[in-house]
Amino acid sequence: MSLTKVERTIITSMWGKVSTQADSIGTEALERLFTSYPQTKTYFPHFDLHPGSAQLRAHGSKVVAAVGDAVKSIDNISGALSKLSELHAYILRVDPVNFKLLSHCLLVTLDTRFPADFTAEAHAAWDKFLSVVSSVLTEKYR
Amino acid sequence: MVNLTAAEKTQVTNLWGKVNVKELGGEALSRLLVVYPWTRRFFEHFGDLSTAEAVLHNAKVLAHGEKVLTSFGEGLKHLDNLKGTFADLSELHCDKLHVDPENFRLLGNVLVIVLARHFGKEFTPDVQAAYEKVVAGVANALAHKYH
Repeated sequence: MSLTKVERTIITSMWGKVSTQADSIGTEALERLFTSYPQTKTYFPHFDLHPGSAQLRAHGSKVVAAVGDAVKSIDNISGALSKLSELHAYILRVDPVNFKLLSHCLLVTLDTRFPADFTAEAHAAWDKFLSVVSSVLTEKYR
Repeated sequence: MVNLTAAEKTQVTNLWGKVNVKELGGEALSRLLVVYPWTRRFFEHFGDLSTAEAVLHNAKVLAHGEKVLTSFGEGLKHLDNLKGTFADLSELHCDKLHVDPENFRLLGNVLVIVLARHFGKEFTPDVQAAYEKVVAGVANALAHKYH
């Protein structure tokens, strides 16, 4: 599965707006993930996961920064996220199902903040893009 | 059966009271067909579904979306017995319509996203969590009679 030219344009042009709220988007997406899918908290026993915690904010920023890296290198997501891919495969080993859950929560977060931009086409493009990112992050699992 | 607290049930019904079922039903079903194009396989008799534009304005899609969401809304009145409420529809989707239950989960996800879009900040993480339980419960109920 690879992104069409139109899909890449949609993502990169929306990213300008999205990146201005990057940190809070990341935090909110994680908050939604942990609230809707409590089993995902099992990967963070070492974190204070209360809404607004410094660790949650820091980690949310990290996650969205990585998504930003993928957007900036949208023609070579595999290359851009290669180190992260190794980290997830060999160290973190987050079960692949969880990437779908986080992607969904990112979409919900973007959607609540940019309803006018989140047309059906944009929704499709983002869903596909996050699916590609998820594939890249799990491609070295086995 | 869904495991909702009393507070979650209230959140679900309060939000649902503000939902325009015709509008959101059409939007949810049409977005399903746009975001996951393989789902169009069930609707070839609906006419032109060749582009996103065609799908989003297809009268049959919009009408069917309203039907689906109306049914979903009925389910919300019976959160303690979703399996019973959707038993007949489950058999229909299995025996006559031959729909893979994974599609119920896809539609559930799209519905959550459509609700988020319409309600913005009001669609808090807690409200989302309650709705995730509901859509999962409805999807399971619709799959329950499959054999």
